[in-house]
Formats: sequence, structure tokens, C-alpha cells
Amino acid sequence: MTVALPRRQRSPGPDAPWVDDVAGRLVRPYTVSRGRTRPTAHFDLMTMVRATGRRPAGLQGPDYDRVLGLCGRPVPVAEVAARVRLPAVVTKVLLADLVDCGALTARTPSAASAGPAPRTDRALLEAVLHGLRQRL
Amino acid sequence: MDFVNDFDPRLPGDPEADSFPTAVKVLVAGGFGVGKTTFVGAVSEIAPLSTEELITQISVGTDDLSGVADKTTTTVAMDFGRITLGPEHVLYLFGTPGQHRFWFLWEELSHGALGAVVLADTRRLDQCFAAVDFFEGRGIQFVVAVNEFDGGHHYGPEEVRAALDLAPEIPVVLCDARQCASGTQVLLSLVAHLLSSPVLTSTPEPS
Ligand SMILES: Nc1nc2c(ncn2[C@@H]2O[C@H](COP(=O)(O)OP(=O)(O)O)[C@@H](O)[C@H]2O)c(=O)[nH]1
Ligand SMILES: [Mg+2]
Repeated sequence: MTVALPRRQRSPGPDAPWVDDVAGRLVRPYTVSRGRTRPTAHFDLMTMVRATGRRPAGLQGPDYDRVLGLCGRPVPVAEVAARVRLPAVVTKVLLADLVDCGALTARTPSAASAGPAPRTDRALLEAVLHGLRQRL
Repeated sequence: MDFVNDFDPRLPGDPEADSFPTAVKVLVAGGFGVGKTTFVGAVSEIAPLSTEELITQISVGTDDLSGVADKTTTTVAMDFGRITLGPEHVLYLFGTPGQHRFWFLWEELSHGALGAVVLADTRRLDQCFAAVDFFEGRGIQFVVAVNEFDGGHHYGPEEVRAALDLAPEIPVVLCDARQCASGTQVLLSLVAHLLSSPVLTSTPEPS
């Protein structure tokens, strides 16, 4: 039997409230790793990090070693967090420490930072199109 | 001459710029059980990964964020996948839960994203409404991919488009989220859609 599909009503504005009646409000935690708080604004999930080869002077601990061990090639914050099985916000703190001591270098892709939206860049889109086609 | 060896072609101030590939991201959104994890895993070249974000939940009726008593911290998992497109380009996929209450995560995730795939299951089409609302409201380009489950009634793309009240230029495609080739076709339809966009420029003007 064919059932009619439910119909979406276009929402009146771009900013419907972030409320879930059942669960209550959800916000980002202010918290952080090991009781410390530090700004992580310069890292997002797509920030790429890579080991410089310099030893992390003054930083010790298995978490730092594991993180650094994953960064032999450029790798985004989201992938590091997934592989070390730590929440992204905690991973960002560890990565920031490693950048601060020179063991890692970081770059937020221009595609993921301010500036013209990447969808306006034809050369980039064509490279993506080409790369995807090669996988078929 | 010795000094030639000291020449460094890299830009001052951004010495590592040439050692990072250009990374682009695509979001995969949709309701619970629609096939997001399956989709990301099928198209990704790495085993599916899960990135967790901490979220703090404030009890219903609590408005004061400084009152710690009524907060509980939980995690939300995002699927993460990678497609290396060539030596200089890599595509990352983020599968994100679709409910309204996770929109604050999408704010960060959608920042700088190429675009999004909204997965839809016609047995529960309303589950994708929130994702469509989000991307439509923010002008983020997206395609709708109907993940066809066995046993579901087959609806054509035009029926889905009408039910979702989509703008005519937004692609609606059918897919099998379990198959890499099918998922890759969905991503291709997104990129083709982006390439057809009127706001597209060729090379940035020198300024
Ligand atoms: N038959 C069929 N099953 C699917 C398909 N895609 C996903 N599934 C199954 O549907 C269930 C939910 O998929 P999952 O990817 O976990 O959904 P998510 O909640 O959106 O991440 C899993 O058991 C999948 O194996 C599909 O195209 N066809
Ligand atoms: Mg899932």
C-alpha cells in the first residue's frame, strides 16, 4: 500500500531554537582536560596537524605520545580525536600543548576558515570532481 | 654557490604551508538509522572512525548557564571518513546526528564545508526535515540522497522533492548507502551541483 509521504513545512527563519523538549538544552562545555581551561578557538575539527620532528620538551604522558605518534603525516584534529578515543575538546588541548612546544605544526585549511566560501572556487571543485571520478 | 642552497622557496610566515594538502569537507546528515554511518564507512578509504564531542545538557527549565548543578556532560559521536583525491587534495566526511538539538555542533561543522548530503529514508521522511531546514536556512549547498531500504515502498525523486518542498535546482538522487560506488555517485552529484552554482568564480582576482 502506498502511503503519502509526510510534507515538510519550510521553516519561517534561519534560527529555530536549539531546544529539545525531551532532553533540555545542549551547549558546549566550558570544561576541558584535567581541570585546565584554555582557549581552543584556533583549532577546529578540520585543522591539520603534523609532527615537526622536534621532541616535545617538558610534555610527558601517554596521551601526548599517542597523539604525537599519529601525526607523522598531515592529519585533521577530528581524525586524531577519533584514533585516540578522546573527545575532540580534550584532544584540542593536547594538540595545542604540542604546538606550543614546537612538536607539532598546525594549519587550518583555508577551505575551513574565513574568506570566500570554497564552493566558489571552480578549480578546487574540479579537482574534487576528478578525484572522485577516479574512484569509480 | 653556497647561498643558493640556503634559498627557501616557501613563504615567510607560513613555512609549512606546502606540506599540507588542501582539505575539504562534506557533511552527511539525516535522522537516526537512516544510514549515515553506513554511508561514510562505504565511501571512506579508512575504516569508519567516530569522533566524539562533549556536550553539556542543561535540564529543562534551567536558564542560568553558571548554575553547574543542573548540568550533565555527555558525548555525541560523529562518523568520520577520508577520501584521498590526489596528492594535493583530501576530502573528509562527517556524519552528524540530525536532531535539532545538535545544531550547535553543525554550526562548527558546516563552517567552510563544501556542502552536505542529506540522507533520507522514505519510510520516515520527516526524520530528515531538520537537516533540510538547517542547510536551506544557512544557504549551505546540499543534495538529498534517498537511501533505499529493502521492503520500503519505492518513491521517485520527484515525489521526495515535492514532499520536502525543495528548490528545483537541488538534486534528489537514489542511493544504496552500503555501496561505495553508489555513495561516490552521491558525492559527485553534490560537486556537480556546486559547479553549476551561479556564484561560482574561476580564479580569485588578484587584489
Ligand atoms: N537494507 C539496507 N540497510 C541499510 C542501508 N543503509 C543502512 N542500512 C542498515 O540500517 C541500519 C542503520 O544504519 P546506520 O548507518 O547505522 O544509520 P545511522 O544511524 O544514520 O548512522 C544498519 O543496520 C545498516 O546496516 C541500505 O541501503 N539498505
Ligand atoms: Mg550512526
